[in-house]
Amino acid sequence: MTNIPETGRSSRVTIRLVAIQILVLSLLLTLGGRLWYLQVRNGDEYQKEAKGNHVQQVVEPATRGSILDARGVPIADNETRLVVSASRTELMKQDDDGKAVLERLAKVLGMSPKTVKEKVRLCNAETPQPCWNGSPYQPIPVTDDAEPQQALQIRERSEDFPGITAEPEAVRRYPAPHGANTSQVLGYLSPVTDDEIEKAKDTDSPFLASDEVGRNGLERSYDSELRGSSGVTRYEVDNLGRVMGEAERDKARPGSNLITSIDSRLQAVAEKQLDKAMKDARKKFDKNTGRNYKADAGAVVVMENKTGRVVSMASNPEYDPNAWVGGISGKEYAKLTGKKSNYPLLNRGIQGLAAPGSIFKVVSTSAAVKAGYPFDGRYNCSSDFEVGGQVFKNFESESFGGINLGRALEVSCDTVFYRLAYKEWKKDGGNLPKKGAKDWFYKTAHQFGLGEKTGIDIPNEVEGRVPDRQWKKDYWKANKDAWCKQADNAGDDPSYAEKIAKENCVSGMKMRAGDSVNYSIGQGDTLVTPVQMATIYAALGNGGTLHDPTIGKAVVSPDGKSVKEIEPHAHGKLPVSGATLRKIDKGLQGVATHGTAAWRFGEAGWPQNKIKIRAKTGTAEVAGKQTTSWLATYTDDFTVVMTISQGGTGSGASGPAVREIYNAMYGVGSDGGIDKKRALLPKPQTKLPKIDKDGAIVAQRDKRPDPSKSPSASPSGQGPSTAPPGETPETRREGEAARNEGEQQQRRRDGAQQVGATRESAGGDRP
Amino acid sequence: MTSRTFALGGYGPRRRSAWDRLTARDSIVWRMDWVILLSGVALAIIGSLLVYSATRNRTELNQGDPRYFLVRHVISLGIGIALMVGTVWLGHRRLRSAVPVLYGLTVLLALCVLTPLGATINGSRAWLNLGGGFTVQPAEFIKITVILGMAMLLAAKVDAGDQDHPDHRTVLHALGMAALPIAVILAMPDLGSVMVLVVIVLAVLLASGASNRWVIGLCLAGAGGAVLVWALGLLDEYQINRFAAFANPALDPAGVGYNTNQARIAIGSGGLTGKGLFEGTQTTGQFVPEQQTDFVFTVAGEELGFVGGGLILVLLGVLIWRACRIARESTELYSTIVAAGVIAWFAFQAFENIGMTLGIMPVAGLPLPFVSYGGTSMFAVWIAVGLLQSIRTQRPIAA
Repeated sequence: MTNIPETGRSSRVTIRLVAIQILVLSLLLTLGGRLWYLQVRNGDEYQKEAKGNHVQQVVEPATRGSILDARGVPIADNETRLVVSASRTELMKQDDDGKAVLERLAKVLGMSPKTVKEKVRLCNAETPQPCWNGSPYQPIPVTDDAEPQQALQIRERSEDFPGITAEPEAVRRYPAPHGANTSQVLGYLSPVTDDEIEKAKDTDSPFLASDEVGRNGLERSYDSELRGSSGVTRYEVDNLGRVMGEAERDKARPGSNLITSIDSRLQAVAEKQLDKAMKDARKKFDKNTGRNYKADAGAVVVMENKTGRVVSMASNPEYDPNAWVGGISGKEYAKLTGKKSNYPLLNRGIQGLAAPGSIFKVVSTSAAVKAGYPFDGRYNCSSDFEVGGQVFKNFESESFGGINLGRALEVSCDTVFYRLAYKEWKKDGGNLPKKGAKDWFYKTAHQFGLGEKTGIDIPNEVEGRVPDRQWKKDYWKANKDAWCKQADNAGDDPSYAEKIAKENCVSGMKMRAGDSVNYSIGQGDTLVTPVQMATIYAALGNGGTLHDPTIGKAVVSPDGKSVKEIEPHAHGKLPVSGATLRKIDKGLQGVATHGTAAWRFGEAGWPQNKIKIRAKTGTAEVAGKQTTSWLATYTDDFTVVMTISQGGTGSGASGPAVREIYNAMYGVGSDGGIDKKRALLPKPQTKLPKIDKDGAIVAQRDKRPDPSKSPSASPSGQGPSTAPPGETPETRREGEAARNEGEQQQRRRDGAQQVGATRESAGGDRP
Repeated sequence: MTSRTFALGGYGPRRRSAWDRLTARDSIVWRMDWVILLSGVALAIIGSLLVYSATRNRTELNQGDPRYFLVRHVISLGIGIALMVGTVWLGHRRLRSAVPVLYGLTVLLALCVLTPLGATINGSRAWLNLGGGFTVQPAEFIKITVILGMAMLLAAKVDAGDQDHPDHRTVLHALGMAALPIAVILAMPDLGSVMVLVVIVLAVLLASGASNRWVIGLCLAGAGGAVLVWALGLLDEYQINRFAAFANPALDPAGVGYNTNQARIAIGSGGLTGKGLFEGTQTTGQFVPEQQTDFVFTVAGEELGFVGGGLILVLLGVLIWRACRIARESTELYSTIVAAGVIAWFAFQAFENIGMTLGIMPVAGLPLPFVSYGGTSMFAVWIAVGLLQSIRTQRPIAA
């Protein structure tokens, strides 16, 4: 700068200029530093924020898979309902925020404009219901039962209804083919809770807020297979929520279909017969209690012997599973879970507990043989048996003299088993039990699978109880304080209850002779479920294998390409030799031909020479209640176990119903003739229904002739004639295709079903 | 000392053809600062791309034509460069005599804004409606006339050789001259321009060699004035909110803090190399308001990343560096003061504009020189470049 002539400028100015220059450049450096800090150091963080800014998700729910019976007839599927939805993002683009469109829509739907506007507004702290709680980018349903006429108007005048869609959507439905509700076995769905969403967040099958989840029965145990996975489309949106482009798309995958072993025709018979048996029991007078039987609950289980597959499972009281569809009302829920209606949600087949009564004697017989008593030995069937001053009587004090164990089963002789149990009790040390007591009667019960869950593939099964020494101890520990208190409070003249309390207080932990004796005939503290007894009797019928009962038979992917069969699984063997099994089997045949159940089978025209039936009746006493009716039966292929709480005797209350179920299965008429054409299920259904190339599962045609035209209709109007006409032999599961069909197709399909039904009854006219 | 005779429009010893005059060794083309010109043009080209990227999707603004803003921006740039050439052709010295007139004109224009002729945008009544969709922002021109006016007053006696430094009276005159337009702009209220003007006045006083007392006093007065403005409630709520949001950006992300927050997300998400021109999701999604004008830097940050944002800073740095050299090398105080004023203007306005997008300065409505969309700003900036070039070309060449 020295070469520049100094004119009019002082050094002060130069210094200040340098200062300005330094200041200015340091400002720019500051900016550079800050830019580096934001972009390079924290860039990742801001990239995440930018992504959250502009990506929005739209969820496309997956179609839930159907549940089909063994013949491919849907027992739970989806029906197409016309859902009219409004897209908020589309409405907000309009000049008046969609006000005019919503008003037009209200007119078409016959709703008030206020209601429609309230339905599409977003929920927040100040907005009361109704309002939309989901994502604002999700189409908001205005109604789910629009008329086809209304939907057509909306579609045809789409320019008048921008942002409004009228689409058929899948809604769960329980069609109850043949009138079989199958309610407790199917279970139900209800909306997912926030907790569940949180829990499943990082798993393979996360929930969406709009999801419904299986809560009971098959809907719950096969939930993950049935549910499929929702589709998520991620849209890039601008600051006003307008969609700029599609970022990512996961297509919705429909759930798999579940083929079960349930035969809904037989299920309908079982439900109907159970209900009828209970109604009939209520008409009967119980001389023990001096009033009619209450018959407050009951269950039937029909099982395949060789696989443990459940063909029917009915529980009464029952309910209509469609009550859950579209959200259950508080009133209905209270009814389903209330005492007044006796808890119809309970599946008595797996949750109903009762003492088994005499159907337990097959366990005691096996235990006696295990303990060394020969099956064909002679055992005194006296009319009563005294233990410690207490007299245990035979039913109606009958006496049969010296008989073998087979005959003891036939006539259901109690005193034979009393004696054996008493002998064993004494052998094990009596009131002063030996170390290593054999406890044959208890051990055998455990080996038969009692006191444990059978492992059936529906939830909430209960294990029941074998009142062995360990249980006695535990039970005493839990209750002794109450007992002893009650005994202490007793005065000089203690009541009966107080005497019992005292006894329990002092020696309740001990297995007494009376306990063991009572136990041997299935009375007392033993608790079993119908499915446990069915598993045991099926094992007797298949040579001794205890299976996990199963209802699910195969899981079929929606495209039909993957069919995962659910194989039968054995969990144990009966602790009985083949020879003994055959002898027990013979004894049980005797029950049906000339024993306690003979008046329902052998002596009532059952073609025993063609279809060998085995039976065991049971009448369990319950303190303070009427007796529980049990009837356990099996043929070569099937086991049928029925129980009615407070229903009376085994053969009396359950007999006719079990007989009708067999009649329907094998096509047996009241005269004992077998009409093979009318037989619903003479052999187990081993094959799966046909699966089409497109994944649709084809329901089998019901080949039975029209019952009204049949000359051999059973007089009770039961059996095959229970199946309502006009069933849906050609109902094909259309899989996900059903969802995309318009309402016209839906109508056409319905029409086709009617045609099919007509054709079927026409077929019945042919000789 | 004869070099001045070579000046354009001058009285050279012999007549030369226009081409000869432009290409001669001592011509203006040779002598002008090409680095400043090229830096400015480069910034303007980057700006055009950024403006286009920010506006091609804004259908509610661009009337359906994606190039609406781009075309207008390029036209403004052309006019701006023409104004620069014109300024150089006139020369800052010749302008010196016209300063009182220009000053009066711009102050009048600013006053017009306060009449019904003015248009209010974003809470500031800072625009003058010319009709036909054209608006002009007088505050931009006032920045020039205040610089020129103060330089004229402060340098008069010094350049005449009467004094070493401007005396108190002169400084007082100069300050009074600046105070009038500042008061008018404060009334609009256009706070951003007021801030720039105050910084310009400070820099001009510094460069004039005025007593330190004036500089310190002015700083104190500025602070006191700010307190006074606050206490008297002269600020609108939105202006207070901008400061509150600056102090705490998380205050209200949907409301006041929205701009700064979205701007920061846009820039931060650009990373080192950016998402690519026209690929920014924040930009295409229009999450940042006023993105073609005050927040144009966020487009660069998001789509061009640290590399692109840094390039803009470097170009601005180079331009200002060269301007500082011009200020230092100028031999008269008048030229020095003008250059210093322009430097302070460019530097502070760039710092405030970029700083607010980066969250280190409060939000104020100021365009980024050379880059932002906006005709008046573009014209004023290029006139200022013309002044710098004029100072550069009309200083004596070293012998």
